[in-house]
Amino acid sequence: MIINGTEIEETFAEAFGMAATRIIITAINPRWARIAGETMTGFATSVIGCGVEAGIESEIPPEASPDGRPGVSVLLFGMSGKALAKHLENRVGQCVLTCPTTALFSGMSGEKRIPLGKNLRFFGDGYQIAKQIAGSRYWRVPVMDGEFLCEETTARVPAVGGGNFLVLAETQLQALTACEKAIEAMLHLPNVIMPFPGGIVRSGSKVGSKYKALMASTNEAYCPTLRGLVKSKLDPTIMSVMEIVINGIGEDDVRLATRVGIQAVCELGAPAGIRRISAGNYGGKLGQFKFHLREVMA
Amino acid sequence: MSALILRLRQSSHQRIDMSPFTPERLADMKLSDIVQLPLWQGNQQVACGDLFTLSGDDPQDIVIQSDSDRLDEIGSGMTNGSIHIEGCAGAYLGRSMGGGSLSVSGDVGIAAGCNMSAGTLTIAGNAGDLLGGAITGERQGMRGGKILVKGNTGDRAGDQMRRGTILISGNAGDYCASRMIAGTLVVLGEAGAKTGLAMRRGTLLLSQEPVSLPATFNDNGKHNLNFLTLLTRSFQDQAGFSDMWERGSRVQRWLGDLGCDGKGEILVWC
Repeated sequence: MIINGTEIEETFAEAFGMAATRIIITAINPRWARIAGETMTGFATSVIGCGVEAGIESEIPPEASPDGRPGVSVLLFGMSGKALAKHLENRVGQCVLTCPTTALFSGMSGEKRIPLGKNLRFFGDGYQIAKQIAGSRYWRVPVMDGEFLCEETTARVPAVGGGNFLVLAETQLQALTACEKAIEAMLHLPNVIMPFPGGIVRSGSKVGSKYKALMASTNEAYCPTLRGLVKSKLDPTIMSVMEIVINGIGEDDVRLATRVGIQAVCELGAPAGIRRISAGNYGGKLGQFKFHLREVMA
Repeated sequence: MSALILRLRQSSHQRIDMSPFTPERLADMKLSDIVQLPLWQGNQQVACGDLFTLSGDDPQDIVIQSDSDRLDEIGSGMTNGSIHIEGCAGAYLGRSMGGGSLSVSGDVGIAAGCNMSAGTLTIAGNAGDLLGGAITGERQGMRGGKILVKGNTGDRAGDQMRRGTILISGNAGDYCASRMIAGTLVVLGEAGAKTGLAMRRGTLLLSQEPVSLPATFNDNGKHNLNFLTLLTRSFQDQAGFSDMWERGSRVQRWLGDLGCDGKGEILVWC
């Protein structure tokens, strides 16, 4: 398959089952809501080293937010419900509770609940106030700028993590430009995040390493500086590869994001130096979900 | 199926215990059985059919037509279904109610909604003393659910209230929210003297300053409280309370009663 001169490789992305939750952070203005969201989703690129993968899903206008203030919606993905709960509490405790003017709400309904303000309330040292409003329990924690309002729990749901595609280009700048365009298009989609810096990964990895302590290491087959030394998957015209990793609430969300992203890259296509689109997988043996690129783009 | 309608044949001098008339207690009963149901009238048991004319066959939807204030404990302990009273009700309306919907078009007597834990109680007229409160021998009043009063209430509304929400569109009597343990009580009219006396925790939201506060309440200043937006928005579908959110979230706040814990709050919209 070739779109605008760019080859869509006959391969698939391999993704895994994860646990996900959505929270809503509101603040006095969009700037502070975003600061809180960005802070709590910082250092959340990969579960390997960060515990969870997280990102801002969308901005929420005042009329659609729980307390009538502007906000952001944040998605967090963990390898298990327990891990997700642990890191969620850590992050909201250190990054949202501390952030001026913020309030915190569940952005997801479901039977499986995980703590949001349930334990954060103890920061109130006995002066916290519980409020039952419209079937949900909230905590009002006195803080120095007023009151921190926080819903007691949020829900977690099964999700899909690790959807991906690779952009193979003639130069580093061309790969970056194409990926930026893809991310710009994908950011408008609900239920997905691209957790890596700016949504883009330049250090795609393979499972394992020659060093026993490492569970992942550089994917040498796609490193242009190792061409000629290892069994490379890059032809001589390709000098840079970048990857976009996608986590989504559902399989269809990841599939749609993959399609939208690749479509945006292919709009630049061969004239902009984009030679090929590939994907990362483990031979289909590890992941529950497979996204065949040519089926996605059909 | 049509609603089960009970029409009081004539006013009673004695009080009538209506607690057997709840949707779950009448479930699976035929009209002929319900007619024979014994009800306490004063110190005597009388067949239901002697006191009421009955029609309809859906015990999940009960309508009581009565202008008497002698019908006590209507909806007592109900957990589902609905009861609507066309007229007035006596004491202990919805006592220990655990769910369902109970509504009255007129006035009700003392202790409506006492000890209720869930469900919705709507009173279109006025309510007596101890609305959602604790009756003698009980250590807690209302423990959940929602009470809406379109008219005024007597004294000690929300006495020892533990959880839930009471909305009063009119005025509240003296000692409103007395001994309140937790929960939310809103008065859109005027609250009487000694409002919040012995209040331990909980929120009393007022549209104007009460007649008097106990000396053991401290001025906490004016605040923007974010939770009020959520709270008032949650009443947007309640007739008579739907425009509360327009009042905003800025309030004058008093904390007390310092004589007992002092973690209660009285909020008055600025």
